[in-house]
Amino acid sequence: MSAPAIRIAGVRKRYGQLKALDGIDLEVQQGEFFGLLGPNGAGKTTLISALAGLTRVDEGELAVMGHDVVADYRQARRKLGVVPQELVFDPFFSVREALRLQSGYFGIRRNDTWIDEILASLDLAHKADANMRMLSGGMKRRVLVAQALVHRPPVIVLDEPTAGVDVELRQGLWQFIRRLNRDGHTIVLTTHYLEEAQTLCNRIAMLKAGRVVALDTTDNLLARFASRVLRVRLSAPVGLDFLPGARDAGHGWVEIPFESYGEVEDMLSRIRLTGGQVEDMVLGEPDLEKVFMGVMHEA
Amino acid sequence: MRFAGFRTLLYKEVLRFWKVSFQTVGAPVLTAVLYLLIFSHVLDRHVTVYGDVPYTVFLVPGLVMMSVLQNAFANTSSSLIQSKITGNIVFMLLPPISYREFFAAYVLAAIVRGAFVGTGVILVSLLMVSLPVVAPAWIIVFALLGGAILASFGMIAGIWADKFDQLSAFQNFLIMPLTMLSGVFYSIHSLPPVWQTVSHLNPFFYMIDGFRYGFFGQSDVSPWVSLGVVSACFVVLAILTLSMLARGYKLRA
Repeated sequence: MSAPAIRIAGVRKRYGQLKALDGIDLEVQQGEFFGLLGPNGAGKTTLISALAGLTRVDEGELAVMGHDVVADYRQARRKLGVVPQELVFDPFFSVREALRLQSGYFGIRRNDTWIDEILASLDLAHKADANMRMLSGGMKRRVLVAQALVHRPPVIVLDEPTAGVDVELRQGLWQFIRRLNRDGHTIVLTTHYLEEAQTLCNRIAMLKAGRVVALDTTDNLLARFASRVLRVRLSAPVGLDFLPGARDAGHGWVEIPFESYGEVEDMLSRIRLTGGQVEDMVLGEPDLEKVFMGVMHEA
Repeated sequence: MRFAGFRTLLYKEVLRFWKVSFQTVGAPVLTAVLYLLIFSHVLDRHVTVYGDVPYTVFLVPGLVMMSVLQNAFANTSSSLIQSKITGNIVFMLLPPISYREFFAAYVLAAIVRGAFVGTGVILVSLLMVSLPVVAPAWIIVFALLGGAILASFGMIAGIWADKFDQLSAFQNFLIMPLTMLSGVFYSIHSLPPVWQTVSHLNPFFYMIDGFRYGFFGQSDVSPWVSLGVVSACFVVLAILTLSMLARGYKLRA
C-alpha cells in the first residue's frame, strides 16, 4: 500500500501560552483534493509551515509521501510544493529568472521546457522576462503558483491562493489546479471562500484553536450538518408551525428545511390547505458555510 | 544532483549584487579611491612607513582590505535582512538546501563581492602608485579569510536583526570603528604604547596587517600570528553562524 501523501501525527506547537497546534492527527491520501478550513488563528498556516519545514513543532511527526519532514527533509521537500499565503517576491529578478533559480534550488537544471509550460498554463508567458516588481498582484500570485510547481511536486499545498484575486484569474487558477489533480497531484487547499472548498475538495478538515474539529468527505459533512431548504414568500402571513423547522427569514420569506425533493410537493400542498398563497419560491442546496458555522459553534 | 542548491544559491547571491553593481561594486571603489586621493594629498610628502614606503603606497592595501571587509559584511547582511523583511526568504527555506550549503553559498558570494571591490580599488590605485607584491599567497589568504569572517558576521547580523535600523547599528557602531581603528590609515607602531595594546585586541588589525605583509613583506606583527588570530575568529564565527542556521534561529519559527 502506498504511503499517504501527507501524514500528520500528534503534532503540537506552542507560541508562549498560545497553543497554535494542539494534537493534530491527519492523513491525506494520494490524489485527494483536500480542504483545510478554519477561522483566522485556527492553525492552518502553522500546520502548513510545519509540513514545509518552515516551523518546527514541539511534538509529533509530519511526513510527505512517506518522508519525514525533519529526518528526511530533502526528500520530503522535493515532494512538496507550497504556495505561500503572503504575496512575496524577489524584486531583483524577472519571472523566468525566479523560476530558473527555484528549479536550481531543487537540483533541476535546464528546466525551461517545463517552465514554459507552466507559464503558458498560468497565462504568464508574455510576462516571462518582466521584472517581478512590474507585475500586478494577481500576476505575482500566479508566479507564486508557478514557483511551487517548478520541481513537479506530487503534493501541492495552496495557502489561500485566491485571496484578493479577481474572478477571471480565480477561475483560470482553479481550472489549472483541477487539471493537476486529475493528473494525479495531491492538492491541499486552505481558503476562506467556502464555496470554493465545497466545489473543489473531496474531503475537508476543519480546524479550531489548533484542533481538528471536523474531518470527513465534503458530501458527508454537507449531509450531516446542513439540509436542503425551501424558501417561500407568501402573499399573506400564515402560521406554518405544522412544518417542522420552519422559520421566519424576514421580508415575508419563510425557510423550511427538508431532506429529499419528494417532500417539497407535500409541504406546498399543506401550505395551500392552510390558506397560504405562494408568491415566490427558491430551493436552496446545503452549503458549506452552514456546515462551517455549525461545526465552529459546536466545537 | 549534489550541491545543486548550494550552486544555485551562490549564483543567485552573486547575480543579486551584480544587478546593482553601481551600488555594490562601483560606489565602494569610488569611496576608497576618494580616501586615497585625499589622504595621499595631505600626508604623502610628510609620512613614510616601514622605513621608506611612501604613505600613499602604504595606504592602498589597507583601503583594499577595508573595502573587502565592509562589502563582504554588507552583502550577506543586506541580502538576508531584505529577504526576511520582504518574505522572499521562503524561496530559499522551502527547497532541500542544507544549512551548511546555505552558509557556504552566502559566504562565498560575499567573498566574490569583496574580491570584485578589492580588485577594483587595486586597479584604480595602480593608476596613481606603483604597488609592490612580495608574497601574493598571503594577500589571497587574508583577503579570503577576512572576507569570510565579515561575511559570517554579516549573516549573524542579518539573521538577528529584525529591521534595517538594527543592522545599521551593527555597521556604524561596530564594523566601521573596528575597521577605522585597525591600522588601515597608519602603522600601529606610530601609536602610543597603550593604543598599540588596544589595537592588538582588534581582530580587524590582524586581517589588515597580514594582508599588507603580502605587499611589502613587512608588518606590525608576524603574518603567522595574524593568520592564527584570523583563522580562530573565522572558526568561532562560522560555528556561531552554523549553529544559528541549524537551529533555524529567526528563520524557521
